Amino acid sequence: MMRRLDALNAIYHHLQGSVVVTIMGAVAAELQSIAHQPNFFYLQHAMGLASSMGLGIALSRPAERVIVLDGDGSVLMNLGGLTTLARYKPKNLNHIVYDNESLLSVGGFPTATSTGSDLAAIAHAAGVPHTCTVREIEGLVVAVTDAIARHELATIVAKVEAVGPAAFVTDLGLLENRFEFQRWLRQH
Amino acid sequence: MPVSTSSSRVIYDALKANGIRLLSALPETWLVHLIRMAEDDPEMVLVRLAKEEEGVGISAGAHLAGVKSAMLMQNHGFLASINGIVSCAQLYRIPLLMLISYRGEFGERDPWQTEGGGATEDLLRALRIPFAYLDAPDHVALRIRKAQTLAHSANKPVALLLCRDLMWEEPA
Repeated sequence: MMRRLDALNAIYHHLQGSVVVTIMGAVAAELQSIAHQPNFFYLQHAMGLASSMGLGIALSRPAERVIVLDGDGSVLMNLGGLTTLARYKPKNLNHIVYDNESLLSVGGFPTATSTGSDLAAIAHAAGVPHTCTVREIEGLVVAVTDAIARHELATIVAKVEAVGPAAFVTDLGLLENRFEFQRWLRQH
Repeated sequence: MPVSTSSSRVIYDALKANGIRLLSALPETWLVHLIRMAEDDPEMVLVRLAKEEEGVGISAGAHLAGVKSAMLMQNHGFLASINGIVSCAQLYRIPLLMLISYRGEFGERDPWQTEGGGATEDLLRALRIPFAYLDAPDHVALRIRKAQTLAHSANKPVALLLCRDLMWEEPA
């Protein structure tokens, strides 16, 4: 098992060159704690829709590589979205799910992945062409590097410890992030 | 099926004239011709959804990337999308052009549509989403253009209610 912060650090160099959409909570705060970039957007609510936003960007800008950083609680709220991703299979989209088997930011209550629901298997059955589950940093780095090199939609589930940052609110305003990201995307 | 082909064509042409290049949709009876027109149009990216709320995220992503989009849904799909509308589109000031088939109004024969029909306008007002009716072909193009103009100047969702008088040709 790995810590999510270490797992973010290990793939950070891939994120720097990509359009990145994250979910709320620990993923957003931890990525910002490493270093924010204008090409990173943090969807601080609307659980489940980060992958849909990633799909909208990927279909609109086929020349850009899009990476969605998702979580088990969010994916479970939009399982149908996996079928939509699989239906269009954008080659420029990679979907990384940090699965800590809990809703960490609201008290750590266990999600269904803690009792056996397998998000990589669900994504595979939905039709996502490449899926895997990784439990160690080295496996994650290989999976992400391969997915980018293959240039095909992949869902990579990274099992991580249910630990997060001390605080979830950062000094980056939601609208500041939104307009900076839009400007970067439209000028890029 | 007495869904109006000519009214659907007027709506589709207005969307195209306003630069819409991505449509998300979940099929419903009144939308069949619009969805087929999008299928047949190589200039349009049609995204078929499992649930309408996904369309909020897809349109948000398209907007940030500089692509104009619209959403086709039934009013029950609007009901199913409300969290996404509030906590993605309104929270992040994203323009959405929502074309909502207004089922459950006068003339509705399907009992299962009637409850959602009665709630639709109150919910739009509660969410402070500006809306207008599309109920006759002659004002469709102008209202779509004005709705899109407001959505983009305000960075907010707007709605056009596709009404029975426009979409459904009652047999004589």
